[in-house]
Amino acid sequence: MTDIAAHLPPIRWWHSRGVRRFMRHHLALLGFAMIALLVLACVLGPYALPYDSLHIDMRARFAPPLSGHHYFGTDPLGRDLAVRLLMAGRVSLLVGFSAMLLSTLIGTLVGVTAGYRGGWIGAALMRTVDGFLSFPSIFLVLALAATLRPSPMMITVIIAVTSWMEVARIVEAEVRSLREREFVQAARMVGLSGRHIMLREILPNATGPIIVAASLTVARAILLEAYISFLGYGIQPPLPSWGNLLNGAQQYLASAPWLAIIPGAAITIAVTSFNFIGDGLRDALDVRDDHI
Amino acid sequence: MASASQAVASEDVALSVRDLTVSLPAGMERAHAVENVSFDLKRGQILCIIGESGSGKSVTANAIMGLLPKAIRVTSGSIDLNGTNIVAISPDKLRNLRGRVVSMIFQDPLSALNPLMTVGAQIEEVMAAHDVGTAKSRRSRAIDLLVEVGLPDPQLMYHQYPFRLSGGQRQRVMIAMALALEPAILIADEPTTALDVTTQAQILKLIRDIQRRKGMSVMFITHDFGVVAEIADSVVVMEKGHCVEQGSAEQVLKSPSHLYTRRLIAAVPHLTGKDRNPLEAADRASILKVECLVKTYRSGSALFRTQRIVTAVNGVSFDLTQGRTLGVVGESGSGKSSLGRLLIKLMESDGGSILFEGRDVAGLTEAEFRPLRPKIQMIFQDPFASLNPRSTVGQILTVGPVAHGVPHREAGERARELLSHVGLDSGAFERYPHEFSGGQRQRVGIARALMFKPKLLIADEAVSALDVSIQAQILKLLDQIQRETGVSMIFITHDLRVASQICDEIAVMHRGQIIERGPPSQIFLDPKSAYTRELVAAIPGEQPRGARALAGVNEHRRDTAKNEERS
Repeated sequence: MTDIAAHLPPIRWWHSRGVRRFMRHHLALLGFAMIALLVLACVLGPYALPYDSLHIDMRARFAPPLSGHHYFGTDPLGRDLAVRLLMAGRVSLLVGFSAMLLSTLIGTLVGVTAGYRGGWIGAALMRTVDGFLSFPSIFLVLALAATLRPSPMMITVIIAVTSWMEVARIVEAEVRSLREREFVQAARMVGLSGRHIMLREILPNATGPIIVAASLTVARAILLEAYISFLGYGIQPPLPSWGNLLNGAQQYLASAPWLAIIPGAAITIAVTSFNFIGDGLRDALDVRDDHI
Repeated sequence: MASASQAVASEDVALSVRDLTVSLPAGMERAHAVENVSFDLKRGQILCIIGESGSGKSVTANAIMGLLPKAIRVTSGSIDLNGTNIVAISPDKLRNLRGRVVSMIFQDPLSALNPLMTVGAQIEEVMAAHDVGTAKSRRSRAIDLLVEVGLPDPQLMYHQYPFRLSGGQRQRVMIAMALALEPAILIADEPTTALDVTTQAQILKLIRDIQRRKGMSVMFITHDFGVVAEIADSVVVMEKGHCVEQGSAEQVLKSPSHLYTRRLIAAVPHLTGKDRNPLEAADRASILKVECLVKTYRSGSALFRTQRIVTAVNGVSFDLTQGRTLGVVGESGSGKSSLGRLLIKLMESDGGSILFEGRDVAGLTEAEFRPLRPKIQMIFQDPFASLNPRSTVGQILTVGPVAHGVPHREAGERARELLSHVGLDSGAFERYPHEFSGGQRQRVGIARALMFKPKLLIADEAVSALDVSIQAQILKLLDQIQRETGVSMIFITHDLRVASQICDEIAVMHRGQIIERGPPSQIFLDPKSAYTRELVAAIPGEQPRGARALAGVNEHRRDTAKNEERS
């Protein structure tokens, strides 16, 4: 009877097909390349540049871009903008990524539990989500940032706490439909515990939407960090972040516009790139259900 | 031979397909969906195209209707319709032919009907799209059509939305739409597959009556030889995109010449009417005793007084002896699947008791019942949905035993052993479910249920989603497993022919209750209740009494048809 055995090469087709679909999404590919470049530059760049981010050169204050070794010019204290931009990028991207990880974690746990358990537990959790969503998040963030001592860690937590709800909703809806699938019934039949079914059987099938939501959350987190730092409640100088670089630039908009334009461009590039990646991932991962 | 068939006067032929080849996009499992297929649909005849899934029968129908998806193209051959080769003509001209000359009914009437339009509006739309009649004449014609397809109270039906109708009624509406422009050719793509047997019998009769009344030509696509025996004048058998045999229904069914046809016909389950040889079990103890089991579904909210209560299982009692198989048969909505899920406690019952090995498990909580789970296992219906797509077959098989404390290694060894036992090679262990065909996946599902050496197996429509030839293999496997392990089985199915193959005893369910119970010989040859009689009579391709060969039925039908015409 063994003649009906499968003689197929071990290709994980959804991987290869998903990757292929992502590669076909040119904007997503561009976004991916930009983020890779940005991360590389922020990690390695400061070592390659001749200046330290705190080095003050009083003679070269307000140097415009491409003057001497100051490729992006200098700020009002004569600090090199290029190196400060990359150091700020480290902080901003790190805050963005960590906030994404934390909020995805919270959102996934809440969403999976609410979706799988259902009943009053699910209702209570989802109404909590609705409660969080009904707060104007910017005010919440600002209020929290104003009362708590702002450090990169604290900013990360604040952003995560105000942006996990979307992930929770997406995951809850996905899990609720997966819960009815026969393989979940089969998992109950063989006697697996609820936690095992949630985390090992259902969750792997919900990774697509979670990854998409996560990539969009990074973009949101970077924007939020820039926002609160720009308003002066976020990352405090002398530690640079893209937001507080903008803050420092506002009074010199007319005389030294590059101080605002360059960090602004960095934020725009990072955020659009993450959004493109999110779109690409959505297209690449969403077709997981067309079996064969 | 081709020249001979072309010589047949073209007046006799409504539709002629010659050397049709339809290619698939690169990277699919084969290059052509259909290759060099030729057949003629004669005027006023019913031509059945039969084949298993992937045989290209639906692609052929869609090619004729010009409804192929963009990626799939007709690469060569011709489809000759009243002297026009429709492969070559422009989409506009084809649209004009569609509905007027050829029209089509589909397998799933719910997804083929627009949920937001009333039945009447949808029928009128077909006529309006081809500028036929005035608004007023279209309306009266729509009502006439509803009468013609045998829908009760057509005036009321005219204003109904599709979701309010039953499956059979929806299919009647689809037929009314297809008939709206009096087409010369009707293509029916598995129109009865999604329906219950009794409804199927009615729809088949309707199609046959209309075909005869209007002298239409019908191309009927099906996978069921029973249906072929019921309505076909001539038959085309397809396998993997090739036409392997064609001829008159009688000839193909009675003396099939091609090996594949013979194999297919041999695989069709028949009512045996004979009782199964029971196992030589020394132990005649009862393993399961169910008393007055009740399950009600509540929907809506009690608070807003919109609550609806549906009793799915209503006071079901039976017992099952060790090593025996009880078949639970019934139509959709009879509560048979709910019963299965209650027994395995995937759902909580609302009353009654389930005595498993003498212990009432109905009231146990999930935690209390978990240690007993290994003893009762289930084989699920859908081989695609019942295996976690993100787990390897090995993980799927071992995860349960490991959770119950069996060491990884031991579970892995047992899994490999069982895989070869159910007819898969042990390399399957590392693979993912999507790499297997439906039948192979169902084998994995069976292996999973056997991992614990269960005492009771519940098979919920375990072979319904499979092709007949695979179905026969799986039934054989289940029988063999039962003989080796002495496991008791509850076999839930809508297909009486399948039930008659494997069950020692059959319980017929209707509206949540068991209305008749007995050995297959009683149920099929001497049914006591009227409902069972109706159910047995509706089985396509079988005569109600006795298990005569399939082919005889056809002559019988033609004779009665002639008599009807005469009178």
